[in-house]
Amino acid sequence: MTQSVFAPWNDPKAKPLIQFRNVTKRFGDFTAIDNLTQDIFEQEFFALLGPSGCGKTTMMRMLAGFETPTEGQILIAGEDMSNVPPNKRAVNMMFQSYALFPHLSVWENIAFGLKREGKDKESIAARVDEMLRLTRLSKFAQRKPHQISGGQRQRVALARSLAKAPKLLLLDEPLGALDKKLRQDTQFELMDIQEKTGTTFVIVTHDQEEAMTVASRVAVMDEGRIIQVATPDVIYEAPNSVYVADFIGDVNLIKGRAEKRAAAPADTTAQPVETPQPPATPAAQVSTQPVDGPQPNEIGEWLQNKLLFPILGKRDPQPKRLPPPAPNTDSRPAKPAPKAEIQPGGLELHWAEGQPPIIASNGDPDLAGQTLTLALRPEKMSISKEKPTAPNVLRGAVIDIAYLGNLSTYHVQLDNGPMVKVQMTNIRRIARRDITWEDVVWVSFSETSGVVLKG
Amino acid sequence: MRRAVLILIPYLWLVALFLIPFVIVLKIALSDVALARPPYMPQLDFTGGWAAIRNFLTGLDFENFVFLTSDDLYWKAYLSSLQIAALSTLLTLFVGYPIAYAMARSAPEWRPTLLMLVILPFWTSFLIRVYAWMGILSNEGLLNQFLLWTGIINEPLTILNTNTAVYIGIVYTYLPFMILPIYSALERMDDSLLEAAEDLGCSRLSAFWLVTIPLSKNGIIAGCFLVFIPVIGEFVIPSLLGGSGTLMIGKVLWEEFFSNRDWPVASAVAVILLLILVIPIILFQRNEQKQREAEG
Repeated sequence: MTQSVFAPWNDPKAKPLIQFRNVTKRFGDFTAIDNLTQDIFEQEFFALLGPSGCGKTTMMRMLAGFETPTEGQILIAGEDMSNVPPNKRAVNMMFQSYALFPHLSVWENIAFGLKREGKDKESIAARVDEMLRLTRLSKFAQRKPHQISGGQRQRVALARSLAKAPKLLLLDEPLGALDKKLRQDTQFELMDIQEKTGTTFVIVTHDQEEAMTVASRVAVMDEGRIIQVATPDVIYEAPNSVYVADFIGDVNLIKGRAEKRAAAPADTTAQPVETPQPPATPAAQVSTQPVDGPQPNEIGEWLQNKLLFPILGKRDPQPKRLPPPAPNTDSRPAKPAPKAEIQPGGLELHWAEGQPPIIASNGDPDLAGQTLTLALRPEKMSISKEKPTAPNVLRGAVIDIAYLGNLSTYHVQLDNGPMVKVQMTNIRRIARRDITWEDVVWVSFSETSGVVLKG
Repeated sequence: MRRAVLILIPYLWLVALFLIPFVIVLKIALSDVALARPPYMPQLDFTGGWAAIRNFLTGLDFENFVFLTSDDLYWKAYLSSLQIAALSTLLTLFVGYPIAYAMARSAPEWRPTLLMLVILPFWTSFLIRVYAWMGILSNEGLLNQFLLWTGIINEPLTILNTNTAVYIGIVYTYLPFMILPIYSALERMDDSLLEAAEDLGCSRLSAFWLVTIPLSKNGIIAGCFLVFIPVIGEFVIPSLLGGSGTLMIGKVLWEEFFSNRDWPVASAVAVILLLILVIPIILFQRNEQKQREAEG
């Protein structure tokens, strides 16, 4: 990690600005926040993301001081906030409804907090003008809130909450009321202002795109607990649970039974099939399965014979021993050994009757033997009419095509398996698209595209 | 054409129910008292043709208005009415605002019930309610009995037939007119505004002064006018609860009309009263207009 990267959460010496220590908040019988511990660092843009009712707003209101924790402590800059009322905290909040005072002009709204500090007139005026410039509102200073547009109101709310130069700015669904285009512009504006002022921002949102865009770290919440806290790319690429994978973006969830794969690349010569340990299968063998019919691989065979036979009975007579695969049994003209590129180790997922297992070399081998879920992003897969050479190739039929302009999302019904979404960039014009409804297609992805998750 | 008819209907309504009665009252005010039926002259007689009408018009004069200035009873009654109206409006505001505030801050499921309790007294006769106050406030009334029983006082308090009783009666009767507009202003107020004020450094009290009061200003103004305007001409409360010292123009008017049978002077009193009331009515309308513009 280089010095220039902003990641105080990785630095054990960094002192957090906000500390939640075993915070629990109950409203009657309902537990809004459940024994939550979390650090937030100075200058962070921290996003609390989750569906409504997950406790994210309660967390924010506890930071602002509108709610007090039932149990546990909240520390801001090392100071316990339990008995500090909202008006005594160096924390300001931008409200979801903006909460602009309708009887005051834009100028007076921004000056409101400064006047309460009892500053002299000149310094108040200077600070308000600075805020008006920062948010490009100078022209509207004398207008009343009902005389300006939604986007301008949002900027007034931001200017008002920043005017007192708080240590911490809380943003409660700040962009919810804006239309999409304006929202995107404002997101960048927010990031810009956050960088300029160096204030720590905590934003509450249910819009995952917004959280990903603005935040340095995202906390995905569910039922009063933080499920995962990480940078947006980690949240997206390496979610720690099915919940996170499903909540963030589009995802295909393929359930299956996991088996361990060989840790080191084995040579491609034949391996004895009936080894008591899960055999170090050459990965190549998987993608070179003869396509004339579903065939069990060695592990499946071994499992059938050793474990499932007593329960399920004998399988249809099948060749007990596969011929040792020759390097070039592929139906297509030999390419320079693509199979060797498949990374060893990890897991393979038996996800459907009679289908080759999905190789996930990034899976945790310790989870072998359990039923796991592979989370696979639609844009990390590709679709083609010809069978491609790839570590994972699944056959299916196109059921639906959603044309989004820049992208198309294909809904593919896998043979014996679930429906998956595959996203492809529309490089060609739509008239020249060769895949259409009910086509038999091949869905392919690499051995590291997906993430293997418990549950 | 259809639009013209639609616009015409309210104007016809106003002409029939406001302008024509006013012209009749004005005409009586300009007439002279007479021992006749009706007790004034001249009478308008259309059968007599133009000459009769001219005769009638020459019979009218401002004598009665001049008379009102000659006797200090009248202007004292007007002033005293204004004073009682102003003071009782303030009292109603001080009693009504906390009630409206508590209603607006109560749990939403309670609000319709509370609102109904405020309106409930309208369902019984106003007169009966005022008589009930006589029963409460009299020397042997419930209030004195209670206070004597608790030992707070040894002698019964004289409340009935004083200005105090008039104030109590007015505040009680007109309280809903104060509560309802203030409640409606407060209920529309976004709670997050108070949180925002606190967040920006206000204490609870200063948030109330800087946010709640300004935002309920229109409700306060409307409520004050709704109480002030009818109280000026109030007649039942001062005559039932007030004493001989309670001087209000409504009472004077009643006495002129029924005891003295001097319809022309009574009408003149009514016309002046109306002219006095026009000022706060216009101000009230302007406030309503401004509020509508701010919301629109």
